[in-house]
Amino acid sequence: MKKIILNIFLLTSIFIGHKSLAQNGELKVIDVPELEKIMVQSEGDNLKVINFWATWCKPCVKELPYFVNAQNQFPDVEFIYMSIDFSENAAKAEKFAQKKKLNPSGLYLIDNVDYNSWIDKVSPDWSGAIPATLIMKDGKKYFYEKEFHEGELEELIKQKLN
Amino acid sequence: MKKVISLSLVLIALMAFSLKKSGYEVGDKARDFSLKNVDGEMVSMDSYEDVKGFMIIFTCNSCPYSVAYEDRIIELHEKYANKGVPVIAINPNDAEKSPKDSFAKMIERAKDKSFPFPYVYDETQEITKTYGATNTPHVYVLDADRTVKYIGAIDNNTKSAEDADKKYVEDAVDAILMGTEVPEKKTKAIGCTIKWAS
Repeated sequence: MKKIILNIFLLTSIFIGHKSLAQNGELKVIDVPELEKIMVQSEGDNLKVINFWATWCKPCVKELPYFVNAQNQFPDVEFIYMSIDFSENAAKAEKFAQKKKLNPSGLYLIDNVDYNSWIDKVSPDWSGAIPATLIMKDGKKYFYEKEFHEGELEELIKQKLN
Repeated sequence: MKKVISLSLVLIALMAFSLKKSGYEVGDKARDFSLKNVDGEMVSMDSYEDVKGFMIIFTCNSCPYSVAYEDRIIELHEKYANKGVPVIAINPNDAEKSPKDSFAKMIERAKDKSFPFPYVYDETQEITKTYGATNTPHVYVLDADRTVKYIGAIDNNTKSAEDADKKYVEDAVDAILMGTEVPEKKTKAIGCTIKWAS
């Protein structure tokens, strides 16, 4: 009897463990204060790459595989994917991100359509057009309003790491 | 003499630098254009009489953010055209890069939505470059002298017009009509990049 209970207990814990694993890969819907927290990076921290994208943005979708390449090449670099899709499309964005194998612990959706209130916080150089990418190293921000092509991002990361 | 030469070199360099950063700022005088409308006629600002200003809106068919604002652009025109400030919508996108924004598709879209304003095509993208539009939708509000009074977003809620509590373009046009200072002269918004010809 004790054995059965133990087995049930073990099975359940495996089940729960599994479930919490699956949660990694969930897209988190956030507002501006959380975005600001994500954009904090100090000296000694790992290099951080934040990509602003949306499922409807063709050039964004086109460059995502190059980000995944870089993700695989630089395991110590933190990759964040900040979706700008409307929050009602969060499930769609999440599914899309998972399918594209975007870093499962870096999936966010910024749910704040008062864009003028936060675009400058990302970078004063940002017009608001996407794709846009922010690279952070040693507390410094480097902003790119452009579509990356194959290999470009890896080069840039190498440059920043040296 | 040497000093003068080096000084003028510095000036030339400065000028070249400021030229490189293209596009209008608030206070600049905007140029006119002659662009083909969906009805086949050429449209320019000169072809309007007795206007007090313009809402020049760079927008397109393919961008979901432009589509989200279509009804609001129609409302802006309906509210202000008879007060002397009409909308002229300009599609800035290269049709090869963005086939949904071809002239034929523009005609379809204008018909489907019964646009009450001209929807013209900047095929060479020259006007888009001169104005400095970066994404769609991107608005330039001009006064009667075609001085740029406002650059940016239509309001502060892309998703829903009812929830927008800052109506930047309306506020700018109201200010022009009342002869007062435009309260917010420049804003930013998320939008689709302009699809430049390669």
